[in-house]
Amino acid sequence: MKKPSISQFLLALAAPVVAAAVSIVISSLAVLASKKSPVEAYKTMWEFGTQAGSLLEVLNTATPYYIAAIAIAITFRAGLFNIGVEGQLRLGALFSSYFAAKFVLPPVLHVIALFLIAMTVGGLWAAIAAYLKVKRGVSEVISTIMLNSLAVGMTSFLFSQYFAEITEGSNNLTTKTLPASAQIPDLMPLLNKLGVEDQPGGGVYGMLLIAIALGIAFWFIVNRTRFGFELRASGANPIAARVSGVNSKKMTFIALVASGAIAGLSGLPTILGDTHSYTMGFRSGIGFSAIAVALLGRNGAIGMAFSALLFGFLEVSSRALELIDIAPETYVIMQGSILLSSVIAYEVVRRYKITLQSKELAKVVAA
Amino acid sequence: MLLTINSKESKKVSVAVELRHISKRFPGVIANKDVSMKVETGTVHALVGENGAGKSTVMKILYGMQRPDGGEILVNGQSVNFKNPNDAIEANIGMVHQHFMLADNFTVLENIILGAEPKQGMTIDFTAARKKVADMSAAYGLDVDPDVLVEELGVGQRQRVEILKVLYRGARILIFDEPTAVLVPQEVDDLFNALKGLRAEGMAIIFISHKLDEVLRVADDVTVVRAGSTVAEVKSKDVTAKQLAELMVGSELPQPTTHGDTRRPEVTLSLKDVSVPTKSGRDLISHISFDLRAGEVIGIAGVEGNGQAELVEAIMGLRDYTGEIEFKGENIDHYTVAHRHDAGIGLIPEDRQRQALMMASPLWENRILGHQRSKPVMRGFVLDKKATIADTRVIMDEFDVRAPGPHTLAAALSGGNQQKFIVGREMSKAPALLVASHPTRGVDVGAQAAIWEELRRAREKGMAVVLISADLEELIGMSDRLLVMLRGAITAELNPKKTTPEQLGSAMTGAQ
Amino acid sequence: MKNKATKLLINATLLILVVSIIRLITGANDLTSVGTASAALLLSVPIVLAGLGGLFSERSGVVNIGLEGMMILGAWAGGFIGSKHGPWLGLAAAIFFGAVGALVHAIATITFGVDHVVSGVAINIIAAGLVRYLSTILYQGGSWPGPSQSPDIGPISNNALPVLSGGTYFGWKSPDILTPIAEKHWFFISDVASIIRGLTGDLSYVTVIAVAIVPISFFILWKTSFGLRLRSAGEAPIAAESLGVNVYKMKYAGVLISGGLAGLGGGFLAIVAANHYQENQVAGRGYIGLAALLFGNYRPGGILMGAGLFGFADALQLRDSAAIHALILLIVVILAYLVYRDVRKGKYLSASISGLMSAGFMWFYLAVDALPGQLVTMTPYIATLLVMSLASQRLRMPAADGIPYRRGGLR
Repeated sequence: MKKPSISQFLLALAAPVVAAAVSIVISSLAVLASKKSPVEAYKTMWEFGTQAGSLLEVLNTATPYYIAAIAIAITFRAGLFNIGVEGQLRLGALFSSYFAAKFVLPPVLHVIALFLIAMTVGGLWAAIAAYLKVKRGVSEVISTIMLNSLAVGMTSFLFSQYFAEITEGSNNLTTKTLPASAQIPDLMPLLNKLGVEDQPGGGVYGMLLIAIALGIAFWFIVNRTRFGFELRASGANPIAARVSGVNSKKMTFIALVASGAIAGLSGLPTILGDTHSYTMGFRSGIGFSAIAVALLGRNGAIGMAFSALLFGFLEVSSRALELIDIAPETYVIMQGSILLSSVIAYEVVRRYKITLQSKELAKVVAA
Repeated sequence: MLLTINSKESKKVSVAVELRHISKRFPGVIANKDVSMKVETGTVHALVGENGAGKSTVMKILYGMQRPDGGEILVNGQSVNFKNPNDAIEANIGMVHQHFMLADNFTVLENIILGAEPKQGMTIDFTAARKKVADMSAAYGLDVDPDVLVEELGVGQRQRVEILKVLYRGARILIFDEPTAVLVPQEVDDLFNALKGLRAEGMAIIFISHKLDEVLRVADDVTVVRAGSTVAEVKSKDVTAKQLAELMVGSELPQPTTHGDTRRPEVTLSLKDVSVPTKSGRDLISHISFDLRAGEVIGIAGVEGNGQAELVEAIMGLRDYTGEIEFKGENIDHYTVAHRHDAGIGLIPEDRQRQALMMASPLWENRILGHQRSKPVMRGFVLDKKATIADTRVIMDEFDVRAPGPHTLAAALSGGNQQKFIVGREMSKAPALLVASHPTRGVDVGAQAAIWEELRRAREKGMAVVLISADLEELIGMSDRLLVMLRGAITAELNPKKTTPEQLGSAMTGAQ
Repeated sequence: MKNKATKLLINATLLILVVSIIRLITGANDLTSVGTASAALLLSVPIVLAGLGGLFSERSGVVNIGLEGMMILGAWAGGFIGSKHGPWLGLAAAIFFGAVGALVHAIATITFGVDHVVSGVAINIIAAGLVRYLSTILYQGGSWPGPSQSPDIGPISNNALPVLSGGTYFGWKSPDILTPIAEKHWFFISDVASIIRGLTGDLSYVTVIAVAIVPISFFILWKTSFGLRLRSAGEAPIAAESLGVNVYKMKYAGVLISGGLAGLGGGFLAIVAANHYQENQVAGRGYIGLAALLFGNYRPGGILMGAGLFGFADALQLRDSAAIHALILLIVVILAYLVYRDVRKGKYLSASISGLMSAGFMWFYLAVDALPGQLVTMTPYIATLLVMSLASQRLRMPAADGIPYRRGGLR
């Protein structure tokens, strides 16, 4: 066996397929519990979700999930758990919207400045947890969650007391609108050239391209650079990593801060593509859904992309369920059951793979 | 109940345990091919063989921790089929493991009664337990304080707790797995006295060891196992240690030996007054100084826990130390761990699964570990996957690593093959210094021979080696010089050509 | 043992003394009022239950981050069943639902070997989503007043200690000696009186039960055969296996008990601390319970102390904002003490960081007169972070905690 064979490939596919099957069963049960037909539900979701307009919306929904999932995956790979991404992204979004609206720079530079502010704020917030872990041995699971709750409170406080203003002509509370130089153009014109027609629902966030670029960079750094190897080694076997020369404290610190910085960016897609300011209706829960996306995607660039799209699809398409009197929140059950069953399925497959290889090995040795 | 057996009754010769043609395979290795054994009540029966001959495995089968693939087990004449240790315990079999199975954070008493707690209503009857343990301690000379936490006990005392554990459950057949490996001579004497007392009570004792002089001292009967099969069953008074050794080894097995003087004038490693102090005042290693030349192997002997691990850590930079370490003439005290690797120091760590491998990763990724800063793995700051995989294949060929290919997961390999891979990985960068900590521990004889050959060849080419081992034959055979470590300090320097294993063993324990 | 108890008494007295002084300086009488002590006890109950839940699970070797999710399930079940069938059945349902969540965690980690933290985080996400889904359905079905709120639940009666705190027993209302003393605001004496009065008056029976679970847990874990075996699963599972202990069974037991306790804590929040289920009611208390577990170094007594501490911080946010303002001064004093301790140990870097933080809080105290509501709700989280930073060093967790276990020691 030189390269991973067909059986290995099938094995890799087995887990998601089994997980999907289990999830469909559980979700169907949930729909049945509210006395509705699962088949109806899936049909409605599929018909609505595959419309062109919905698909564009799926891309938009998936973009922040993907970026946040990358942030989380950086830490998961290193054996750490940054589960306070929600707080980091909110602070990043708020501070960058507020401050970037205060000055004007040439277009590209302005956006870069916006990004830098978001990344710095997110990174600094995560640095608190990193410092506590490295210097004081505080579990980052607890500290990032506490910081998360703090961040949510602080964001709402700063927003309502200091950063927001009432927009003229309405009662909406938002930060000052970002000037045009700090906005990323929509991708529709590009898609038009590819034959996609304009849709009534809106366009596609320009930040999608940034998300894709981040994904590629993530894949490259984690899989092809020395830093990425040391990151993965720290997660796979921290003792062996240390013996091999990895400075574990430095690695912990860098991983957590980098994670916070990327997380800071994940609140921006909607702001840059739609509202152009931080508003009261800022979407909450991205951070937690992103944890599920990262786990489902096994912390890999491509896996997480598919997961983000899947989660987005479930969310968007389930809006149609209201039309047939089913609670749209059903997508939460679907997402939850996929998460659970895939996490278990991955583990089962991993163990089976080792057993399989041992058996193959025995054949080779006995020969 | 244990103390009043009529010794006349136990003179009736009865077979306590009989193993008939036991076989057992694990993925990649045949542990037992055909092992047979007959143990009489009221005797001490030794089971001897080389490392990897299959002794531990067959005893684990007897104790119910493993199921045999073939063969039969009879206890007191009845055929038995143990599914788990509980079954064995019920058949009055008890095992004192080589690596103690104790909960550090529990007291001695809690460890002893775990799984067989005396009850009084809803609670544990600690008073009754304490009394029973005290009675047994007195009867067999196994003194321990029942309320002390196990983590505070020394090795000899921990073993006593293990023995009390099995006696507490009414064991009549006791299995001891390499019990003297970690004891000093005084503790060995205490143990053997206890064994004699147990034997007088009519118990059957199985004693696994590869230390032939001890075996002849305490055992009545001996079963010799070689390459997974029984090759002899003799009475100890009928054989000499030399004959036993020949039976154990056969005639084919290569010995650890080195030929000629390959020492070069350059000093590769120099330690000057290196110590690792602790806050409590006791030094983990204390004022170590020695010079090691290129092409020289220095063996460090010592009972485990006397500072050898800390010495390795100090040389590799994993632990802070006072004093000076020079490598190839340069002071490396401020070098990080990574820098020391890159400068040309290779390491074969003591615990390969914990310290040297990522078990769930393929071999080619494990190839990178420790070498992620240089060729052929790196091209600039990017990992060169193709070159790494190719190089992994080369290592696997040269060092006879039996596995389907570089994509095999490390966890799928046998211990011996894992170790050969690690040796190959370290040698591939032709280090000027190799620190080898127990390089052939838990490795089958074939792999052991291969690793010795590699060390020999590298030595001829000028590599300096610090060899730490608990295998006295290995130390004597492979070293050019021998240092003995006791309580963190070097207490003796010996000439391996003029030292026997017995002399080395004495020096290690401080007895002169 | 005598030394530990005396040391505890001395430390407690010192702490009350310091708080008394701060109360005098700032005039924030609410800092040690009966109401505050009472609320502190009330809010420490869910935390102590979550912490004890964590204790059983981790002592058996399974890390349980999913306590938050199990509390959420418990709170929801308490609201759902409690509003229909009364508070006691609601509590029973809460325990059951928490245990069901724990069962999922147990199957994933023990039988399938999923990483403990991953499974716990997944449970939290799923639980939050699940209860939202179920609430929506009930709301749409007409039985719930809102998509995130259950109907009201009947109350569980309260009582108090006799003579000292005016309890009612069989119709007779006993005298209440402590209250008049507390109201005199005498230095230290009144503080002690009001704290005791707060802890012994207006007690829900459930609170008493919850606090009683602390010594019961100690008894179970250290004095029974079940407890010994459960702990062995977390300390030395291979050794336990070699002695015939069914390690899998012990771990399942530990995790299920943990879910039941966490569920009870959630149910308490919905039924006793409030009178209906409200979304986001649990608000991170499952994690604070974990922090209490770590603070208490995996022992029931320590968990109770930690929960008391965090409960106090939690309670203050419901009281006078002047009290929180005064609390900042307390933080300044504690940090100053830390600076002193670090300097004596020669740890200048941590001393200067603590010093900087102390100065920062002092400036904050002087600059701000009263804390705005939104910041006040952050008190328990800041308290947890501070406590964790100070206390994390000397932990002694079960030796095999978090390590996936397979029979025979396979990987």
